[in-house]
Amino acid sequence: MKILVPIKRVPDPALKTKVKDGAIDLTGANWVVNPFDEYAVETALRLLENGEAGARVAGAEIVVVTIGPEDAAQQLRSALATGADRAIRVDAEDKALDAGVVVAALVQIIAAEKPDLVILGKQAVDGDANQVGQMLAGKLGWAQATFAASVELAADQKSVLVGREVDAGVEYKRIGTPGILTVDLRIVSPHSVKNNVTPATFAYPDGPRYASLKGIMAAKKKPMDVKKLSDYGVTTTPVTREVGIELPAARAAGQIVADIPTLVKKLADEAKAI
Amino acid sequence: MTYLFETDEHAALRAQVRRFAASAIAPHSAAWEEDEEFPAALYPAAAAAGVLGIGFPEAHGGSGGDLGHILVASEELILAGRSVGTAVGLGSLGIALPLIVRFGTDEQKARFVAPTLGGERISALAITEPGGGSDVASLTTRAVKDGDHYVVTGAKTFITSGTRADLVVTAVRTGGPGHGGVSMLVIEKGTPGFEVSKKLKKTGWWASDTAELTFDEARVPIANRIGPENGAFPMIMMNFVGERLALAGQCVAIAELCYRESIAYAKDRTAFGKRLTGFQVTRHKLADMATRLAAARALTGEVCARAMRGQMVAAQAAMAKNAATDMLAFVADAAVQIFGGAGYMRETLVERLYRDARLYPIGGGTREIMNEIISKAEGY
Ligand SMILES: Cc1cc2nc3c(=O)[nH]c(=O)nc-3n(C[C@H](O)[C@H](O)[C@H](O)COP(=O)(O)OP(=O)(O)OC[C@H]3O[C@@H](n4cnc5c(N)ncnc54)[C@H](O)[C@@H]3O)c2cc1C
Repeated sequence: MKILVPIKRVPDPALKTKVKDGAIDLTGANWVVNPFDEYAVETALRLLENGEAGARVAGAEIVVVTIGPEDAAQQLRSALATGADRAIRVDAEDKALDAGVVVAALVQIIAAEKPDLVILGKQAVDGDANQVGQMLAGKLGWAQATFAASVELAADQKSVLVGREVDAGVEYKRIGTPGILTVDLRIVSPHSVKNNVTPATFAYPDGPRYASLKGIMAAKKKPMDVKKLSDYGVTTTPVTREVGIELPAARAAGQIVADIPTLVKKLADEAKAI
Repeated sequence: MTYLFETDEHAALRAQVRRFAASAIAPHSAAWEEDEEFPAALYPAAAAAGVLGIGFPEAHGGSGGDLGHILVASEELILAGRSVGTAVGLGSLGIALPLIVRFGTDEQKARFVAPTLGGERISALAITEPGGGSDVASLTTRAVKDGDHYVVTGAKTFITSGTRADLVVTAVRTGGPGHGGVSMLVIEKGTPGFEVSKKLKKTGWWASDTAELTFDEARVPIANRIGPENGAFPMIMMNFVGERLALAGQCVAIAELCYRESIAYAKDRTAFGKRLTGFQVTRHKLADMATRLAAARALTGEVCARAMRGQMVAAQAAMAKNAATDMLAFVADAAVQIFGGAGYMRETLVERLYRDARLYPIGGGTREIMNEIISKAEGY
């Protein structure tokens, strides 16, 4: 089985966003793998290994791909360091990209790579657009299961059973392969991923795995193809346009009120919340 | 700033250790320091995250890597974990195990090294005695052969991780006076006659426990001796080089944290209607901190790079340690000054770092002993 995981680099979400001259100031930004994409890599690893024995199941491959500038190779390396087998970087400046361009490129990469599953983060935490997975499924005409909180790979590897948390509870959906999965945070809980190889009782540590120093060193030697958008015949240009960037207004200081009637009055008159 | 020797690989390692420290240590850092202990469960957690084994060979359960990897990993542990005591407590294996890795038998490595790197056992190094620490060659803890055992009598003090250690790599006197009579024994918890006599209260490094240990006719198998009988003194001296560079690296890390905290505070705090950074005197103080920090980092990184190339760097490691401890004393003091009254309060990180800083010109060989080593090497 082959799984393709597209990943995106984002500015470290733990750091404060700086805005300068009407644009996000990315000078000196600390780039990290989009957290949801890390969960996607972890999902792929868990689906294709015997968690108890640690080894990859026979014939399985995980390919990570990013569309981005040269620096983005570092985020691919970090996915390789946790266990992905090989990487593809499609060279492009961030400004030349939007969901449409990324999807156009992924469609071509998928045609070339023929993965059985494409696993993506449900969204990237920079733009929070939440579009690529769904658009990709639409363009390919593949089945999709979005916001996966759990996934079980059937023993014959022909389908996955996906649990999605919805308002009323958990919705289960079985989709055939090839298919598209987008994952939510819950997917990296200890028992969220089952593959009929790792014993069902096996508990993973909570969260994506750490790359060992050995994994980090091994990642340097794993193959990384560098391509251009034109190699895939992608001529699509962005249709989204940035109109302006503003930080939200600073929050006014909190108030301590004397009693509940005052609170209700303030909520009604000042906050206009009721 | 990072070390000049760093590559993308070090950046990736930093990111991993940062993530571990930020999630597993930072949320509890103040509480663990006040409790004067971190939970023992942190050992297996750190092992699982690949943090404990850095710098140790894979063949013995380590993660591979060299002194450079140790330096950057311990820096991130401090920067992101924000508890020096926790970092140095976890790190006591970094001074205890190299002796076994370098001079122990395969059987000893399997018994002691792998379980410690796996987070199942806690290791400490015990050289210092109540009667003296600087003069290692005069240590008095006595080990007398009796059949296939040594009978050990004496005491050790100021031993990092000593109250919880499952194995204490202990320097003992098996021969005559002076450096020719010293041997190294692994003394295991539960050995009759071996007792933790005291958990010591300290100025800083609170989350790291420090113990006084006593040995009253403790019977230790000869099989637990590391290296040749009476041959431990050069082993100890060799071990000191890595320890001193690691300590210099900790000084750099703590100073970096003081500096970052100071910048954030100075940009935020106002006085006389402007930010503290609006005063030239504050900006220059920060600039001095940055400069001395960069200088100590440069020397520490250079000596580390030389050591990794196999050069003999005992005197240079002593220089790096002194440069780094002096730098940290200045930077930690300046940080407290920038914070004003808040800098004197227990709830402020730099207050704690200021206390942690005081250890460094003492532990791992005092500032004076470093100068003795440098003097000897320089030939005066
Ligand atoms: C928090 C902490 C943790 C520690 N952890 C460990 C540990 O895990 N294992 C371990 O074995 N030890 C440990 N130590 C002990 C440490 O290594 C010793 O404290 C140190 O080596 C100094 O020894 P001493 O305290 O006996 O001081 P002394 O040797 O008594 O020195 C007292 C003073 O005299 C000076 N002096 C001594 N000789 C000379 C000389 N020849 N010329 C000029 N001045 C001299 C010293 O520099 C110092 O200023 C720890 C200490 C502390 C504080």
